[in-house]
Amino acid sequence: MSSQAAENRTDPMSADRPTKPPSAALQSEPQSEPISKPTSKPTSKQADPHILLDAVSVGYGETVIQRDLSFGVRRGDVFVIMGGSGSGKSTLMRSLIGLLAPQAGRILFDGESFWGAPEQARTRRMRRNGVMYQSGALWSSMTLEENVALPLEQYTNLRRGQIHEVAVYKLALVGLAAYCDYYPSEISGGMRKRVGVARAMALDPDILFFDEPSAGLDPLSARLLDDLILELRESLGTTMVVVTHDLASIFAIADDSVFLDAATRTMLTTGNPRDLREHCEIKLVRDFLSRGGE
Amino acid sequence: MRILVGDMTDPVSNPVKPHPAARIKLARDQASHVVVAIGGAWRLDADLPDLDRIDAELFAEPGPASIAFETSDLVAWDSGLVSYLASLAWRCRERGIEVKEEGLPDGIQALLRLASSVPERRAEGRDEHADPFLRRFGLDFIDLARSTGEILAFIGEVTLALRAMLSGRARFRRSELWLLVEEVGADALPIISLISFLVGLILGYIGDQQLAQFGARIFVADLVGLAIVIQMGALITAIVLAGRTGAAFAAQLGTMQVNEEIDALRTLGISPVEFLVLPRLIALVAMTPLLAIYANLMGILGGAFAGTVVGGLSPTEYFTQTVAAIGWNHITQGLISATVFGAIVAVSGCLRGMQSGRSAAAVGEATTSAVVTAIVFIVIASAGLTIVFDAIGLS
Ligand SMILES: Nc1ncnc2c1ncn2[C@@H]1O[C@H](COP(=O)(O)OP(=O)(O)OP(=O)(O)O)[C@@H](O)[C@H]1O
Ligand SMILES: [Mg+2]
Repeated sequence: MSSQAAENRTDPMSADRPTKPPSAALQSEPQSEPISKPTSKPTSKQADPHILLDAVSVGYGETVIQRDLSFGVRRGDVFVIMGGSGSGKSTLMRSLIGLLAPQAGRILFDGESFWGAPEQARTRRMRRNGVMYQSGALWSSMTLEENVALPLEQYTNLRRGQIHEVAVYKLALVGLAAYCDYYPSEISGGMRKRVGVARAMALDPDILFFDEPSAGLDPLSARLLDDLILELRESLGTTMVVVTHDLASIFAIADDSVFLDAATRTMLTTGNPRDLREHCEIKLVRDFLSRGGE
Repeated sequence: MRILVGDMTDPVSNPVKPHPAARIKLARDQASHVVVAIGGAWRLDADLPDLDRIDAELFAEPGPASIAFETSDLVAWDSGLVSYLASLAWRCRERGIEVKEEGLPDGIQALLRLASSVPERRAEGRDEHADPFLRRFGLDFIDLARSTGEILAFIGEVTLALRAMLSGRARFRRSELWLLVEEVGADALPIISLISFLVGLILGYIGDQQLAQFGARIFVADLVGLAIVIQMGALITAIVLAGRTGAAFAAQLGTMQVNEEIDALRTLGISPVEFLVLPRLIALVAMTPLLAIYANLMGILGGAFAGTVVGGLSPTEYFTQTVAAIGWNHITQGLISATVFGAIVAVSGCLRGMQSGRSAAAVGEATTSAVVTAIVFIVIASAGLTIVFDAIGLS
């Protein structure tokens, strides 16, 4: 299993991926100054992984939920964390986004230890990640526009008018520009999720984390969200880590994946889900990816 | 989906006839084989037999090797019967007794299969047995020690945030601060007016009755004025704010915890203490002394009402006496107390809110605990401050 993971780390598969300039999406916004986005150097870093997990165990208190996770996420990939309900996908994501210290092992971003670093360095790192939460997690005392604008207010030198424009543009990307002045309690669950995506994208992050983006969305919106994820990856070169068990979405977006198993409390395999469906030697993974029937 | 209720009589054509009661009977045809005969109507709303009652009979030594079912008398069934059979089958399996389900209606067989198909699995390391008293006592004590540590850590964090604010680096929204100031200050005026006026009135009335006995009625103005300005004004304000604002803070932050809103701030690199706690602390610390001054005035007014209406003093007399009695040192004492109380209310409310668990019940507990913590510490602080004021010669 670990040999498989090691293989993936050095896999040069993504070398031929087109890498457009990182601020392409913002260029459609003529007035906005370039946001202080730490630009990635795609060519030199293509080979080494953007995120690397080394024998990581996650869990709550004494309870281990997943142990011995070792895999890499390549820069610019859409990486899917899959597994049954309760297998620990959200838990693993909490460790990746800096909310829950792993019980063992190391998590490296760009080769730098994330949890081993002092808190300030970790905070800086976290700022470069965007997170969409399973429940949306919008700030309920702020309107949708204010939700998207807050990261911009805090971390850019944009003027008020420019922030407004960027925020409305981000909301437009998820089809909600008309709802700028609504409060989170006044919109539906699916809409809240989309706003969550818009807010996660606000600062054009290096890495976007999604927890169950398509759960609770109608098939068309789910499809649109998948397209949006791919579009962002193409235009901004953002690395995407997506927790999901929606098969349609997995096959539509994933370049690479890891499968977490609840029974053995560890990862069973990594790889492209399409390949895994056809060739994985573990029946559980094949069954999962084909809904139990061939 | 399968139908969950099987009914072999037609309830529409035969609505009035009551169903026969649920029955269960065991028959041992050989030593190692038991036939369980089930009859009557097994419905959740009927009187169902108790599983423990047949337990003894069924598993009596020597226990059977297998059991089978006979259901020709079964009139109607729903989850009442299925759950009964599921636990019966579970007990049999525990003892290694084979359960032959063929005699049961198809629907029941299917549901039983469904109930046993998902393997039972729980997170390891989670134990839920009741602890003996001494162990619980010890755990409570450890909890207490830990919670003291948490309070201190929280105060430390708040102090760091304050320092960040003084150097202009703290991240929070000024607009939110103004909203909070209004919510904390202006909106509390009616209730503070009412309570402090009444407290002044009561003090004045009782004081007047006592002082009248030796003809010193005029001193009711001193009594009310000093009591209110030194202690009561600040105390009333603080306790009203603890119930009104401290509780609200805990509920707000607790709900934000439930909705992962606080996580969302953290992952954005924004410190929740700076962003959420700091404005609340500033709003309360700024507004409590102002509200206390207002409470002082209303309290004195209440005392004056008692002094003039009941005690027969003239208003001018009363106010001249009050002004003469109260010095700047008394007012300063009251205002310092109010500021400290305000900080206590804000910190307890925010602390309990930030510590809140991720459920509705936890938010409720956080709210209650915020008020209790605030009042306990207000009382302690008020005693401590009295000593300090005395020591530095302010009283
Ligand atoms: N705060 C917590 N404290 C203790 N255990 C928890 C906590 N949150 C989750 N768990 C446990 O961790 C396990 C994994 O939960 P997690 O939310 O990571 O699952 P998941 O893979 O995201 O599932 P789903 O697909 O249903 O969202 C579960 O067994 C759950 O009981
Ligand atoms: Mg989850």
